[in-house]
Amino acid sequence: MKTLRQVGIVGYGAYVPMYRLKASEVNRVWGGVGAPVEEKSVVALDEDTVTISVECAKQAVKRSKINPADIGAVYVGTESKPYAVKPSGTIVAEAIGATPNVSTADYEFACKAGTEAMQNCIGLVGSGMYKYAMAIGADTAQGKPADALEYTAACGGAAYIFAERSSETIAYVEASYSYVTDTPDFWRRAKQMYPRHGNRFTGAPAYFKHIIGAGKALLDEAGYKPEDFNWAVFHQPNVKFPINVSRMLGFTLDQINPGLVAGNVGNTYAGSTPVGLAAILDMAEPGDRIFAVSYGSGAGSDAFIFTVQDAIEDKRGGPKLSSYIERKKYVDYSTYLRHRGQIIQ
Amino acid sequence: MSVPRYWREEVPRYRLQGKKCKACGAKYFPARPVCTCGSTEFGEYKLSETGEVVTWTVIRNPPMGYEKYKPYMVGLIELDDGIKILSQVVDVDPEEVSAGLKVEAVFRKVKEDGKEGIIQYGYKFRPVVE
Repeated sequence: MKTLRQVGIVGYGAYVPMYRLKASEVNRVWGGVGAPVEEKSVVALDEDTVTISVECAKQAVKRSKINPADIGAVYVGTESKPYAVKPSGTIVAEAIGATPNVSTADYEFACKAGTEAMQNCIGLVGSGMYKYAMAIGADTAQGKPADALEYTAACGGAAYIFAERSSETIAYVEASYSYVTDTPDFWRRAKQMYPRHGNRFTGAPAYFKHIIGAGKALLDEAGYKPEDFNWAVFHQPNVKFPINVSRMLGFTLDQINPGLVAGNVGNTYAGSTPVGLAAILDMAEPGDRIFAVSYGSGAGSDAFIFTVQDAIEDKRGGPKLSSYIERKKYVDYSTYLRHRGQIIQ
Repeated sequence: MSVPRYWREEVPRYRLQGKKCKACGAKYFPARPVCTCGSTEFGEYKLSETGEVVTWTVIRNPPMGYEKYKPYMVGLIELDDGIKILSQVVDVDPEEVSAGLKVEAVFRKVKEDGKEGIIQYGYKFRPVVE
């Protein structure tokens, strides 16, 4: 898919809270062996999806050097809204100074809610409807105690401001693609605290089918091969899945390593692919081409091709994602439960 | 805090937005209706989002509504523009805080009105991340 006028990223920001839970601590409590990640991020007592979104959004605005009042849309993709009814986007838009002449909404599509928001922002800016549009993918994911997801359900997010391609944009969108089917691999019913998942069913018919479907379709449409890209990022619910899917599509470990942060951060759900993309933008050079494919249960994938522009050198000041990943404080399992609000008082 | 009051104070609390007297240039945060010089004419003033800790204390017996966060720190912060404000200091243990600690503003949950009421957000400060 291509827009009528070319669109690019004019600013981005990413954030991971500072607390960490080691997978070995989960094993200590529940008697497990092995783990899909080394450790995962944990929110502070006063953090939620809205505060994470604001942190990313403020950094994106600062780097973009635009007037936040010119932002026409603020969309937050998440599956952990603090309010069941009240948009997170309104709080974020108010906090960054984008109100009142702005469109806001919360997007829901499991782990691809953030890239769904990106896809929409690209379309809205590409149509000329908005000068700037901000998409955020952020989550404080729920993992049921003793469930396999407890190792990985983490928190973090990233924000992207889209604008018409110019010398001010740091990377432009060459093309994008969306691929969706009705696949019940993971869900959370209304008013339930934790999601359910289909164990191995989350692999071949879900994660791999949709990422490969979207990825191959976009490569074919754009006329590129994996070797035409410097970097690639795939949804990272753990470390193994993105490595396997990159091999299936023909990408190498060297291409995905800079954006593969799940081993030390966990699965940031709607933040996962946007956070990985931010890690790549933190180190990419002008002219580099990036392939990004998200995955959201339910199920679907959004695929993007970005080409990095000269303005990136001037617009990635301030702390990089690695600063937030390295700034960490370990918590034990009981403190983790307290931070997650899972202790009944 | 009542919902209407929270709503009225959103912009200053979310964005560290104060007022500046048009007559004498005095800066106020939070805003006040009359300046010490007698003027009632004010313009917008955006406070600096970085500063340093002047002094601090640890709250171990918090007021109602803040129990969830104890123990937490409240510090007197001198911003880079010279304004001093009180704020919670987060993402740091009490023994790691010292006078002169460089801090930056962050947007955090301040209080929740139970499980059914609104979530109150606002500024806090944390050690500068570089």
